[in-house]
Amino acid sequence: MEVNDELVDKIAALAKLEFKGEEKEAIKGDMQRILNFIDKLGEVDTEGVEPLVYMTDETLKLRADEVDQEISQDEALRNAPDKDSDYFKVPKVLKK
Amino acid sequence: MIWRAYLPTKTINFASLFELTMYDKYEAVIGLEVHAQLKTKTKAFSSDPNAYGELPNHLVTPVSLGHPGTLPQFNEKSPEFAVKLGLACNSKITAENRFSRKNYFYADLPKGYQITQFDTPICTGGYIEIKLQESTKKINLTRIHMEEDSGKSIHDQDPFHTLIDLNRAGVPLLEIVTEPDIRSGEEAYQYLSEVRKLVRYLEICDGNMEEGSLRCDANISVRPKGSKEFGQKVEVKNMNSIRNVQRAIEHETKRQIEALENNEEIFHETRTFNAVDGTTTSMRSKEMDNDYRYFTEPDLLPLEITTEYIEKMKNELPPLPNELFKKYVEDFNLSDYDAGILTDSKEIALYFEEVVSNTKNFKAAANWVMVNVKSYLNENALHISDFPVSPKQIAELIQLIDDGKISHSVASQNLFPALTETSNKSPLELAKELDLIQDQNEDNIKQAIERVIENNPDETERYRNGEKKLLGFFMGQLMKETRGKADPKKSNSLIREMLEL
Repeated sequence: MEVNDELVDKIAALAKLEFKGEEKEAIKGDMQRILNFIDKLGEVDTEGVEPLVYMTDETLKLRADEVDQEISQDEALRNAPDKDSDYFKVPKVLKK
Repeated sequence: MIWRAYLPTKTINFASLFELTMYDKYEAVIGLEVHAQLKTKTKAFSSDPNAYGELPNHLVTPVSLGHPGTLPQFNEKSPEFAVKLGLACNSKITAENRFSRKNYFYADLPKGYQITQFDTPICTGGYIEIKLQESTKKINLTRIHMEEDSGKSIHDQDPFHTLIDLNRAGVPLLEIVTEPDIRSGEEAYQYLSEVRKLVRYLEICDGNMEEGSLRCDANISVRPKGSKEFGQKVEVKNMNSIRNVQRAIEHETKRQIEALENNEEIFHETRTFNAVDGTTTSMRSKEMDNDYRYFTEPDLLPLEITTEYIEKMKNELPPLPNELFKKYVEDFNLSDYDAGILTDSKEIALYFEEVVSNTKNFKAAANWVMVNVKSYLNENALHISDFPVSPKQIAELIQLIDDGKISHSVASQNLFPALTETSNKSPLELAKELDLIQDQNEDNIKQAIERVIENNPDETERYRNGEKKLLGFFMGQLMKETRGKADPKKSNSLIREMLEL
């Protein structure tokens, strides 16, 4: 797969990032090297091999449905860069 | 007909009755996506309370806030509720469930991804049967999967900022997706009514569209009748009542047909419904936002659903509305209308079930529950759980009437109100105490009739001169005289006999 400007722009947009000029060239090179590395795995014959999704045979342990209120509103808002007494504040999300 | 009671009235365009309009050349193809918030105590992946209407950002944990280093722990109730709904819809239950991340950026989604199920929904297939005016129809389900809700963005309180409340973030949801089987706003209305009834019977969701615990998006397209291909579909959102879903579909169908007739293009887009004027307007184009880059959630191991687990859930299922409806119509010989009212809410249906476990007079049981019990509840703004008369007492009351011990009108006007006030006595005891037992003694009845004849000489003469319809008047007078206690059958023939003299 060839990493071109279009692909970088698309991935950047999805990640809410912006690359320009030299940065863009640099990231293009990085992404190409990552893809080449991954493509190497394609050389292995995996015919008839089930994809490995989890690294263990364990299954999910469930949590009892019991309330444990770990933190207060004050603590929840403490690390927010912008807030008022009740809410997190973020830049205006334009109504689309 | 029978289901008319549930349907909104339509204005009839008389011209359209006689000519085929352009709208009749097309059919709508509709699929619905319903999100049901589960009635768990805690959120899907953390132990903060799942509740509506709390002060903002009180119901949060580091997990639901999406803080780095936190790990999700799945609520054991979520899969129970999902499997129960799947069983009630005849769906196939998935044995190995994986969770996936759906990646997108929005300020009310703190982690930057939603935990959902992508390629292994917990339920596949199945159907929900809806009742139409003269038939029933199966609406097939594509899938039901488990996921988490986002927080809430508030756009209109602060002129320069969007405010974020994360109380809702992480609330467990089931997404119920239909096949494109729905053909009209009315079918959608009936489908949603059934879904709401079902989740309430199962006690997995409170089904409140106004508060958003049940939400619905509609995918709508139109095509010429007879065509096998689908038209361009449009998604419509923001409908906060079942009635509004119907209105939105009716409007959007009309809009799309008019566009096609005018050779205009229908765009792949999301539209929002405006409840005030009943129209839809474009929110955003769908071209760009479909790349969610799903991948398996690495923080959650696969969830295994065993056949034993499914059996256990099956045994916990309550009676379901459709089963009860069928039983009432087929076994009890009740009308569709009566069966519909009795099964409309689970609590009423269960009360009725207990009445009929104590009497075989199903029709009388249905009437007592639908008329007397329900109007008492309405007048006193009570829930059936607070209703003071037990189902067994209602059954005994019916027996008293069937045995001719009290008349129906005395039962409903005197004995029933008395029962609601003194709940610990049997209807028979109370009827005796209040002197309501019907008088079968012919001499007593005759004496009362004599008094009535004496007191109404004019009417007696008119009756004897052939004005037979006055019989009702004499019955009324007799009931007044005996305070409703004279056995009506005996009275009727005795009055006639004595007047004919």
